[in-house]
Amino acid sequence: MTALLNIKALNAYYGQVQALHGLEFTLNEGSVTTLLGANGAGKTTTLRAICNMVRTSGAIEFDGAPLSNRSTENIVRLGIAHVPQGRGTFTTMTVEENLQLGAITRGDKANVTSDIERMYAHFPVLKQRHTQQAGTLSGGEQQMLAVARALMLRPRLMLLDEPSFGLAPIIVRDLFKILGKINREEKVTILVVEQNAQLALEIADQAYVIETGRIVMSGKANEIAGNEDVRKSYLGY
Amino acid sequence: MELFTNQVLAGIATGAIYACMALAVVMIYQAIDHLNFAQGEMAMFSTFISWQLMQWGVPYWGAFLLTLVFSFIGGIAIERLLFKPLAKAPILTNVAGFIALFAIINSCAGLIWDFTIKQYPTPFGSAPFLGSQLISTHQAGMIGVTVLLLIALYVFFRYTRMGLAMRAAASVPESARLVGINTSWMIALGWGMAAAIGSIAGMLIAPVVFLEPNMMGGVLIYGFAAAVLGGLTSPFGAVIGGFLVGIFENLAGTYIPGVGNELKLPIALALIITVLVVKPAGLFGRPIVKRV
Amino acid sequence: MSAVQEVVTAAPAIDAVPKRAMTLGTGTSLIVLALLIVTPLFVKNFIIFQMTMLLVYGLAVLALNILTGGSGQFSLGQSAFYAVGAYTSAILMEHAGMNYALTLPISGLVCFAFGFLFGLPALRLSGVYLALATFALATAMPQLLKLGYFETWTGGVQGLVVTKPDPPEAMQSVLAWVHLKMSQDMWLYYFTLIITIAIYIFSVNLLKSRSGRAFMAIRDNEIAASAMGIDVALYKTLAFGVSAAITGIAGGLGAIAVQFVAPDGYTITLAISLFLGMVVGGVGWLPGSIVGSAFIIFVPNIAEGISKGLSGAVFGVILFLVIFLVPHGARQVAMVAQHLLGRLKRR
Repeated sequence: MTALLNIKALNAYYGQVQALHGLEFTLNEGSVTTLLGANGAGKTTTLRAICNMVRTSGAIEFDGAPLSNRSTENIVRLGIAHVPQGRGTFTTMTVEENLQLGAITRGDKANVTSDIERMYAHFPVLKQRHTQQAGTLSGGEQQMLAVARALMLRPRLMLLDEPSFGLAPIIVRDLFKILGKINREEKVTILVVEQNAQLALEIADQAYVIETGRIVMSGKANEIAGNEDVRKSYLGY
Repeated sequence: MELFTNQVLAGIATGAIYACMALAVVMIYQAIDHLNFAQGEMAMFSTFISWQLMQWGVPYWGAFLLTLVFSFIGGIAIERLLFKPLAKAPILTNVAGFIALFAIINSCAGLIWDFTIKQYPTPFGSAPFLGSQLISTHQAGMIGVTVLLLIALYVFFRYTRMGLAMRAAASVPESARLVGINTSWMIALGWGMAAAIGSIAGMLIAPVVFLEPNMMGGVLIYGFAAAVLGGLTSPFGAVIGGFLVGIFENLAGTYIPGVGNELKLPIALALIITVLVVKPAGLFGRPIVKRV
Repeated sequence: MSAVQEVVTAAPAIDAVPKRAMTLGTGTSLIVLALLIVTPLFVKNFIIFQMTMLLVYGLAVLALNILTGGSGQFSLGQSAFYAVGAYTSAILMEHAGMNYALTLPISGLVCFAFGFLFGLPALRLSGVYLALATFALATAMPQLLKLGYFETWTGGVQGLVVTKPDPPEAMQSVLAWVHLKMSQDMWLYYFTLIITIAIYIFSVNLLKSRSGRAFMAIRDNEIAASAMGIDVALYKTLAFGVSAAITGIAGGLGAIAVQFVAPDGYTITLAISLFLGMVVGGVGWLPGSIVGSAFIIFVPNIAEGISKGLSGAVFGVILFLVIFLVPHGARQVAMVAQHLLGRLKRR
């Protein structure tokens, strides 16, 4: 199992405030990893640090290449897709334009068209609404659009920030099922940040728990899910 | 009634000037989400460059194309050198930057070419258009070029990859970066395109208002007003806005007593503001829904 | 169905100045005050006149700071309020023989009403749209002042000459005892200084008060402010009114100092200058108003001194240098100085 993403001694700062303290973890290629924690623990900051959207110090390596001096857009071009908190949909553009934007850095136009069809196959509701303005879609639909857009990059690594936020449980279940499918079939490594620990642990291989900017627990997802003490003290259930 | 129709037609003719300028204004707004007060001056400077090239013997269309290229590059250069460093500064500071740029360009133009009025040629001739006393061939040409520009912009934004990327970068910059778009370069490109469009506006307007460093002052304001009236997100709106402003201006001058040349501008602006109070996003702009 | 552009309100367009940083520290304030009081005693009348104008424009920039930095409303139209104040004072003094000092509160009230009324339709506008509306007001004003209809009052294109006031008799007799005589310029300066200090204190207290907090809440997030129960319409128009009133008083003082009012003295160039003064001084930072005022009075002269033909370009270059070095204006300089002093003290 090769390490796709390697994070060592990562600190992150918002102005003078330090949000991450010496974070270390590794993502293996082809795995699904979940980063759990309460509000304000530093989960979103971690994802933003990977994409160089906040000031950092420390080492982040993607497939052996260091990420620290690259701009966000260059990091994305290396094959890392980030579905941000709040979805980041291009609300004034159509669903189809959003998908096209996901692939805008790719050179292979013919494949882009077939990829769009594949996204419609994964998410039939998007096909129904493909000429609609993205801002008029419901929360769940926009989340699917955001995931589909990320997949249009044909990423090697997908980062998801609280995909379940504000969505009805049944929609979240469907979404996570699709994520599992995408990981298996399209070999996309996934790092999903979640507050909804139970669901995330169901699809993950590996789990980390973060608290006030530090990793306090790591292990196999099923072990953590099975450990009642851990669940009660860190995850609240 | 005939007077009315005539004034409307004449208004459309002068409105073509504002429509063209408004297109450049909307272009920059799409790129940087604010209005650039120095745009008129940039257009004026470009027009002077074309004039100078013609003085040196370059034929009209050669000068036109060279100026277009020069303006495009110039716009990018100005953005990279002067406004990229201000990207993190507050908006009002950027506005001060636009004002500074205005002063610099206006002053330099005055020094290089002085303030005497110069004739500027038109490729369309100035014969009456189709025999009409109100629209000359030049004005018809202006309308034609403006419409062509509009179509070109529409095609660019809606059907090209670059256009899509630019729209995305202006609309949600963070998400644009997350799909790999270099938003910083999109802004530079927006400036370049706006400068090029502005130069076309200048070269079309100069035959009518005559070439001198202060020629774009009033035109720019009307251009802003037209763009705002049409809705800052809509190039089509900008063009319609331009024609409407031309018509308002003419009708105000004809029908409202006591309105000489000096009061035309404030009256036109007042009319536009009245429209805005009723329709805050402009006639064709997208209504903005604000969420906390 | 027209497409809807959703904007989740992001960071406010205007930097919030933290309350504690709103004013200068007591020490610095006293030094500045001392300088303002003592300097005129040692300089020629013309310099005193320039210092008076420094205070006058400082007041106008202060007013804009309250409006934009305080309540978040853009205005490129302050020159209109300045003009109304100037003409009100001039007309009252020359046509009604009123004492110059009494004209000022009247100018203030007239401009308050004018600003408040303008604020009403402006409620529906914001950002670039409001800028355009105020711009329209500023361009209209000189034209309105030239209108033949008002000529008997305004003097039309020629304008009105304003009589320069003498220092009060009482003061002159006291000074005569020590063989001193106060010049008109010097009296006018101290008169302006007293009013400026009064208005400054008023403004600082206004911004610290409940109304000030309401302004700032509106500036930072209008929708949230209204959801909290703040009467947004009232406070926005109030801000316009107060700002216009102060600008009007400044205009009156300016008219008296310059001894002249004419339509072309109150063009959009003045409005733009005041805007630049606000930016250079630091938006929303009241003490910066005087720095901004100094910038707009002296830098154009400096620019012309450097190159008569390219004075505009030199001005633009200097302006760029200022905004590159201190994008947040004089407030930034003050904060850096404060920081350095703090470090020195700790040594």
